[in-house]
Amino acid sequence: MWGKLSWQAIPLDQPIPLAAGALVVFGMAAVVIWVAAKGYIPYLWREWITSVDHKRIGIMYCLLASVMLLRGFIDALMMRSQQAMAFHAAGYLPPEHYDQIFSAHGTIMIFFVAMPFVIGLMNFVVPLQLGVRDVAFPTLNSVSFWLTAAGALLVNASLVVGEFARTGWLPYPPLSELAYSPGVGVDYYLWAIQISGVGTLMTGVNFVTTILKMRAPGMSYERMPIFCWTSLAANLLIVAAFPILTATLAMLLLDRYVGFHFFTNAAGGNAMMFMNLIWAWGHPEVYILILPAFGVFSEVVPTFSRKPLFDRRSMIVATMAICILSFSVWLHHFFTMGAGGDVNGFFGIASMVIAVPTGVKIFNWLFTMYGGRIRFSSAMLWALGFMVTFVIGGMTGVLLASPPADFVLHNSLFLVAHFHNVIIGGVLFGAFAGYTFWFPKAFGFVLDERLGKLAFWFWLVGFYVAFMPLYVLGLEGMTRRMQHYDRPEWHPWLLVAALGTLLILCGIALQIAQLVVSIRGRAQRREPTGDPWDGRSLEWATASPPPAFNFAVLPLVRSDEPYWESKQQARAPGQAATGEPEYSSIEMPRNSATGFVTAFFAVVTGFSLIWHIWWLVLLGLAGAYATFVVFAWRDQHEVTIPAEEVARLDRANRTARAQALREEPAL
Amino acid sequence: MVKGASSMQWLLLLPVLLSLCGCHTAVLSPAGPVSEGERTILLDSLAIMLCIVVPTIVATLAFAYWFRASNTRAMYLPQWAYSGRLELIVWSIPALVIFFLGGIAWISAHLLDPAEPLKSATEPLEVEVVSLDWKWLFIYPRQSVASVNRMVVPVGVPLSLRITSATVFNVFFVPQLGSEIYSMYGMTSRLNLEADRAGDYFGLSAHFSGDGFPGMAFDVQAVSPQEFTAWVAAARGAGPVLNDAAYQGLLTQSQDVKPYSYRAVRAGLFEDIVGQRLPPGEGPATARRQN
Repeated sequence: MWGKLSWQAIPLDQPIPLAAGALVVFGMAAVVIWVAAKGYIPYLWREWITSVDHKRIGIMYCLLASVMLLRGFIDALMMRSQQAMAFHAAGYLPPEHYDQIFSAHGTIMIFFVAMPFVIGLMNFVVPLQLGVRDVAFPTLNSVSFWLTAAGALLVNASLVVGEFARTGWLPYPPLSELAYSPGVGVDYYLWAIQISGVGTLMTGVNFVTTILKMRAPGMSYERMPIFCWTSLAANLLIVAAFPILTATLAMLLLDRYVGFHFFTNAAGGNAMMFMNLIWAWGHPEVYILILPAFGVFSEVVPTFSRKPLFDRRSMIVATMAICILSFSVWLHHFFTMGAGGDVNGFFGIASMVIAVPTGVKIFNWLFTMYGGRIRFSSAMLWALGFMVTFVIGGMTGVLLASPPADFVLHNSLFLVAHFHNVIIGGVLFGAFAGYTFWFPKAFGFVLDERLGKLAFWFWLVGFYVAFMPLYVLGLEGMTRRMQHYDRPEWHPWLLVAALGTLLILCGIALQIAQLVVSIRGRAQRREPTGDPWDGRSLEWATASPPPAFNFAVLPLVRSDEPYWESKQQARAPGQAATGEPEYSSIEMPRNSATGFVTAFFAVVTGFSLIWHIWWLVLLGLAGAYATFVVFAWRDQHEVTIPAEEVARLDRANRTARAQALREEPAL
Repeated sequence: MVKGASSMQWLLLLPVLLSLCGCHTAVLSPAGPVSEGERTILLDSLAIMLCIVVPTIVATLAFAYWFRASNTRAMYLPQWAYSGRLELIVWSIPALVIFFLGGIAWISAHLLDPAEPLKSATEPLEVEVVSLDWKWLFIYPRQSVASVNRMVVPVGVPLSLRITSATVFNVFFVPQLGSEIYSMYGMTSRLNLEADRAGDYFGLSAHFSGDGFPGMAFDVQAVSPQEFTAWVAAARGAGPVLNDAAYQGLLTQSQDVKPYSYRAVRAGLFEDIVGQRLPPGEGPATARRQN
């Protein structure tokens, strides 16, 4: 009846996972009970869960990423403390538990923190910057989000029911095959990633369509903000790369479930093929994450330098060059498989070539600051911290791209330090810069700057203290994923690294405090104009938070920085205030529970596949299909917002904006 | 900002200082020509890149500091967003650096190709290496002896290693000798190393291979050729015989295995492992029950 599932799946004999699982379960139950008791459920259902508004979905993505960041960071704390203790000792985490933790840490941080954070920012910002009312397929967007959340739920369910993979964040066969990983851990990984991967692929399709087909009148490709360009590049990569991931994991699933031999030791399977395929996805994936972060910095640096971005054309060329080159470097993940000088040399050079457009970007941000009037708000601090940190990470990356250097550093902690250097210093700093920068746009009030800056400094210093020792450890020959070790020279550096994670912990605590303090003081932090940073692109041209329809009248774009230009015109002396536009009614997509219901059935299907509960698999699939049919059968898909309502919402913002411009101090 | 700048630069210098002293770090204190060559490439590439990275970091902090909004002496160029000359420089500096580094990478990828035999007047010593769950087996086919978790090699003699796995993927790595390489079931990886200093060097698997992975360390003893001959003689005089039955025992999972040697090895054992004529590692006990 219940397949492999029995009461033994709950780790009653292991105190740490049990306590962690109980904490999560009770925490979630407490939130649900509190929400229900306060009577918020109808509000949440109407305004958030069934919302197809790209802004709401974007915020939910970022919230999911933030919650999962806490989970992934707890894993990091456990790993660092285990390695700090496990010199000539067993530490407090047995191997079967430690191996799950590093696997979960990587999986969560990439798939459920970095991905949702950048997709959340793209969701919120791209349609606003393009000057349009929503993405191309709003309901599909909601389905994407809920499928991602479904994957995250499955990963966390493994904490309580069964186990997670013990094979690293990429389940390399033959270790991940049934013969060597007979438990449900790898199946949890595979189904969670398959489900969320479908969501990500649909996001890619949605955003490529949105950016190519839906732009405000006058917004040609050259006039698109750089964040939209990098989002376009990232989503093209999603569309091209994610099917590879899905196919590769599907092959591993066939091996595990129905006895195929794609990657097995037995019957002619070839695990090397998995390495090739997974990195054919995996390396573009890195750029899917970093390109939107580059986009964020390309918005933040000009805004806080009060200058346009230096050499936009080069920035666009560099972005698209990275987009294309990212598919030609995957082999550098296994130079040490003995491919020979020609192949290794080719992929080494190809990997290094990506440093050229990346270097161009760094120089362009540098010259954007030249001749600027720089305000050091916390978003700008994240950008500066990024520029300094990322060039170091880029340098160690080029070092690893040199095959002979990789021969002694492959899989070492030097590598671990390198990719944290670029993912924390690049993607995460970018996500935090974007969060600080666009938070007032999303909620209408500004985050506390003092706590934000303090959090930045803890994160920055914490990062260096936590990861610079890992470079040294790599040079000392320490490899990754060691549950214990007995080399005395490694121990002091691991103690320093553990201290670094504590500093990062302070940074995270300060960020939580910043959010709490800002929400409690939101009445004083209100920002009525919708343009708190003296912004330059179209998202600042509407109210904060923007109305459901984003723009009462679609803006007409005449330059690279349309909103800056219109402000400059208004600032010009003797300029008469422009009259009110002609308002008309606006049609917006209706809310839909499709995404939520689909995700519910996806969780049921995934969970029952993991535990081999076949009748429930059929039920889940039937439910998902029925949801799709019901959605396809709908009669009404739009609601009309009358012109008077549009006018009422827009007038308040126009007044506040005109007022602010009049009172602006002369520069 | 100034305070932040000085602390960050100090941190940046840290790995450089370490590499200059190079006293404790295994990768940077080579004991053979391969690791020597790899250290050279590593440090040269690092030095070349630091020439561009350090000025970039300094310029970032300097620009940010000088063009701060409160500095009334700094010029403000609100429209300046393009310069053809700068565009040329911005593209050509990284391109030239990468051109240079790429050249080094291409040449050294061939010179230091792990499969390439080392140039030496001495006949190389052949060793066959098998990764198991979770220990290493070293077979000396000419000497017909074998050992577990310890590789004894003569100083100054090139090593011609043929490496495979009887189980999941692992990576053979002796940091002070250089070049790591994957061990894979059904495949042979070739690796050529040499120790030119006597000493004990630690070795490990540099690719996660399951719960017993950290207990997969081995040691390499580089001794004089006379001592090596003596070791072979001693190994021949004691210990069990490595035949198919003994090999079957090695397939069971175990970790932190104390080094020991086999006085004789069944001929062709390595070829039979690579040729998949012997079964792969057993995996965990739970998997066997299910099958």
